[in-house]
Amino acid sequence: MANESSGFEIRPMDQFEVKALFGGDISWYTPTNVTLWMALTVVAASVLMIYGARGRALVPTRAQSAAEMAYGFIYKMVEDVAGHDAVRFFPHIFTLFMFVLFANLLGLIPFAFTTTSHIAVTAVLALTVFLSVTALGFILNGTKFLGLFWVSSAPLALRPILALIELISYFARPISHSIRLAGAMMAGHAVAKVFAGFASALGAAFFVPVLAVTALYALELLVAVIQAYVFTILTCVYLRDALHPSH
Amino acid sequence: MADDAANGVGMPQLDLSTFSNQIFWLIVTLFVLYYVMSRVALPRVAAVLADRRGTITSDISAAEEFKLKAQAAEEAYHKAKADARAEANRIVEAAKAEMQAQLDVQIAKADAEISARTAESERRIREIRDSAMEMVSEVSKEATKDILEAFGAKADARSVNAAVSARLKEGA
Repeated sequence: MANESSGFEIRPMDQFEVKALFGGDISWYTPTNVTLWMALTVVAASVLMIYGARGRALVPTRAQSAAEMAYGFIYKMVEDVAGHDAVRFFPHIFTLFMFVLFANLLGLIPFAFTTTSHIAVTAVLALTVFLSVTALGFILNGTKFLGLFWVSSAPLALRPILALIELISYFARPISHSIRLAGAMMAGHAVAKVFAGFASALGAAFFVPVLAVTALYALELLVAVIQAYVFTILTCVYLRDALHPSH
Repeated sequence: MADDAANGVGMPQLDLSTFSNQIFWLIVTLFVLYYVMSRVALPRVAAVLADRRGTITSDISAAEEFKLKAQAAEEAYHKAKADARAEANRIVEAAKAEMQAQLDVQIAKADAEISARTAESERRIREIRDSAMEMVSEVSKEATKDILEAFGAKADARSVNAAVSARLKEGA
């Protein structure tokens, strides 16, 4: 891509390369930068939720307050969006949120590797949600779960067409769910890298792309949090459909 | 990987050879994170939140209790004040009545003394007047006798006395 232009080499996609930590070929169990940054994600989430909240104080410290806010925010989201009976899935959804949030945020550290910018990762996340929600829908509701596709409030003649549309949109869910996250992460990081490359190429006018990267970084910070939020709230919406399939 | 650019794909995301590695580590990560969150982190935070809610509730009820106590104390204070005022009024009334009674007794006593003295004075005045009248009649009789003797008339004492007494009664 970038090395077509001579003397002006920007390789914005290099940051997404999966590399073995200790060299050698990559097989399924090789520790790679994926392993490292995923481990750091777990560490960061644990630091916030366990070390930050270690005081268990009545009047929380800042870190404890942040941990409690994360807890309360996701708990309320699950309760409001997916319904009160979805609260038993709160730990699963919280895990998902924490993973995406900290993977996104840690990816913003310079020279970091963003695990959520890989479609393999987001696709597994989205498929896990899709498959478990679908299975849950059939287990809890039996064949009534298919009522999700049969819009009984529509005129009878329209219902088969609507059912087809609903079915297609249902199966499009994991695709949009995963590509939205990976795409947002990848695009932002690639653009930041391109601007940073401009800074070294422009010489005296370096401050223009530096300022642009600074502004972009703030935007990316916002995107990182919003994408984690969007991923989680969509999971809650899908969960609600599984628990209450009737329209 | 170096051959990404060479094979023209350019997107490490589409390098299928790394998928198994990513998926494996992702699943490991998710299990570890789920275990840590659901077993350690979330129960702790939930306990803290429940604790705080409990403390706030009990504090509020304690405050309610204190408020009621304060109200009761205020009522007791007002009642004590009213009682004290009533008692004070009662004492003042009693003192007043007692003083009035004593005063009445003294007044009656003084009245009696005054009337006794008045009577005594009147009696003495009457005595003085009577004795004065007596002396006047004595003197008048003597004077009349003397006058009659001076004129050379011989008058018997009884008729002179009667005449003088009659005149004195007329003049009185």
